[in-house]
Amino acid sequence: MDKHLVEVKNLRTYFYTASGISKAVDGVSFTVDEGETLGIVGESGCGKSVMSASIMRLLASKAGKIVDGTVHFNGADVRALNENQLREFRGKDVAMIFQDPMTTLDPVFKIGDQMVEAIQAHENITKEEARRISAEALGKVGIPDPEKRLNSYPFELSGGMCQRVAIAMVLCGKPKLIIADEPTTALDVTMQAQILKLMKQLQTESHTAIMLITHNLGVVWEMCDRVMVMYAGRVVEQAAVKELYSNPMHPYTWGLMDSMPALNDTPKEPMSTIEGMPPDLRLVGKGCNFRDRCKYAQPQCAEVVPEPVDLGNGHCVACLLQTREHRLEREGGKRHG
Amino acid sequence: MAERDVLLEVEHLTKTFPIQGRNRERKQFLYALDDVSLQIHRGETLGVIGESGCGKSTLSRCIVSLHKATEGKIFLDGQDISQMRGKERKNMHRRIQMIFQDPYSSLDPRKTVAQSVMEPFIIHNIQPEGMSRLERALELIQAVGLDQYHMHRYPYEFSGGQRQRINIARALTVGPELLVCDEPVSALDVSMQAQVLNLLIRLQQEFHLTYLFISHDLSVIRYISDTIAVMYLGHIVELCPAGDIYQRPLHPYTQALLSAIPPSSPFEEKEQIELKGDIPSPIGRQPGCPLASRCQHCTQRCRTERPELKAVEKDHSVACFLYSQ
Ligand SMILES: Nc1ncnc2c1ncn2[C@@H]1O[C@H](COP(=O)(O)OP(=O)(O)O)[C@@H](O)[C@H]1O
Ligand SMILES: Nc1ncnc2c1ncn2[C@@H]1O[C@H](COP(=O)(O)OP(=O)(O)O)[C@@H](O)[C@H]1O
Ligand SMILES: [Mg+2]
Ligand SMILES: [Mg+2]
Repeated sequence: MDKHLVEVKNLRTYFYTASGISKAVDGVSFTVDEGETLGIVGESGCGKSVMSASIMRLLASKAGKIVDGTVHFNGADVRALNENQLREFRGKDVAMIFQDPMTTLDPVFKIGDQMVEAIQAHENITKEEARRISAEALGKVGIPDPEKRLNSYPFELSGGMCQRVAIAMVLCGKPKLIIADEPTTALDVTMQAQILKLMKQLQTESHTAIMLITHNLGVVWEMCDRVMVMYAGRVVEQAAVKELYSNPMHPYTWGLMDSMPALNDTPKEPMSTIEGMPPDLRLVGKGCNFRDRCKYAQPQCAEVVPEPVDLGNGHCVACLLQTREHRLEREGGKRHG
Repeated sequence: MAERDVLLEVEHLTKTFPIQGRNRERKQFLYALDDVSLQIHRGETLGVIGESGCGKSTLSRCIVSLHKATEGKIFLDGQDISQMRGKERKNMHRRIQMIFQDPYSSLDPRKTVAQSVMEPFIIHNIQPEGMSRLERALELIQAVGLDQYHMHRYPYEFSGGQRQRINIARALTVGPELLVCDEPVSALDVSMQAQVLNLLIRLQQEFHLTYLFISHDLSVIRYISDTIAVMYLGHIVELCPAGDIYQRPLHPYTQALLSAIPPSSPFEEKEQIELKGDIPSPIGRQPGCPLASRCQHCTQRCRTERPELKAVEKDHSVACFLYSQ
């Protein structure tokens, strides 16, 4: 492979708080190629949003700092961008879609005015032209009567419709990369299905790369080419989606897959779960972060931080017990593997 | 199979909310529940599934008497709850307990776990048999999988999953028969969700509980329920044994809901049944089938006549003209 669109290496973002240093992102590496969809899964608090904010250099809190690692976008060092370049990078190269569309939309302005402003910030065109482009984008995301909707306020639309508007705004910028942070988590399944279908269709047309953050493995199966599983600030496993499904290797991934009830499970049969809770990120560092909840843990898991090892086909696993020479026997997995 | 015994019965329940319109002369009503009838059998779980705004919370709030029914009746063990007075009414409140979705706002932040769990004893003036209130509270805390040392901690020290366990212990304090669970695992991560679901299933057997379990997640509902009610726009459109929902979904809305669930594997190619447009407004009583405006099978009759919920086979009812001769 030659050049990647996004290349993140050994990224560490820590929060310096009165009660200690919280290692929210602790040595994360991955790449995203043009036109590719990378899924990022993990439970709340595992660092997904902090990781994407770090890439965008949008850490909201002063306490949060990127302490190590590199982020390259299209070959450029993102950590070295100056204010002007950063504005260009955020507005033109990369766009974000959030769980709450109101993060993107301002409640007190008409949708059309907001879209026009966003377009004119990056393109030197007239207001009329920008309005035409806005209406076209609204039409594309399936909003009925787009001309009329330009004059609506966000509160006049349902949550799903607002998310469509947020996506339309993103489209107008023609970004090379979209970071979607739980874009459908707040929506009902039928609306989720529509939004996901829309994102897929737009990607096919424009060849945009997508980083799709979600806690729903089903969404990953549906949308992504590759997936990376995060746990407590670290990447524990990374693989092509079909490979991960057929051949998951990290005990946390096993737990995650087993604790999702499936429509064909036996009702009321106890589900296998991951006992316990994720660790306090101020207290981690030494050893594997999952060891306290892992039924396979060995003494060395408390001592050594597992490095991701490529076991072939780009399937990377960070587990001391899963190596090229030796594999763990999976107990009671209800699906494949 | 033992004879199924009805614990709670809802008959033609309608709940409307008055809407302050701009036009002062014409008062309008929002139909949150429109002619809902169902039965919950003792020791079983009735799961209610539907998208946001379809009336699930309103149904649970009517059952726990937080809302007064506009029309229709609710019977507990054959007795109309709206007619209960005095001691009988207090006892009814004890027999039906509720667990809410948000584990963060449902506990008093200034009370320790022990205080929260013991509070219902005080409200209902109950003395547990053969032990102190504190001892009973400890038993319950342990029954929900927490430890003795958690007793004197405050809610902020707990995760969402643990708080939901505390809420469950608190609901069990007064020995309820029916637990109304309004999206109890929706705010939890999958690993916590699985833990709480396992707990609820274990407690159901241990305490002989009956559940009304609400969720917008069909796989959760399918997993925990014996019977499933599918709701849309204030109506029950399908009522069937849990297994049938996947094997034989009948109502076009149920079919669309199933098809919208993300695939269970990257190899699964799902055929999506798309519903046109958005859910219509619940304001004002519409004639016809609630799904008419979005349904691909819609006929003239569907727009003018309301299909009744009718049994098409044993235990499986659907409100759709496709199934009536
Ligand atoms: N403003 C902050 N101050 C201190 N710690 C924070 C702050 N924001 C996030 N964190 C820490 O970063 C971790 C990861 O958070 P986040 O990336 O939002 O998780 P996710 O998006 O995966 O749910 C959290 O567990 C928390 O400990
Ligand atoms: N107190 C209330 N006043 C007015 N409308 C209400 C009230 N409670 C619920 N509603 C409306 O009733 C309908 C059903 O709401 P709800 O029962 O909360 O649905 P669900 O729990 O299925 O999301 C919605 O349209 C909602 O806006
Ligand atoms: Mg997040
Ligand atoms: Mg609700």
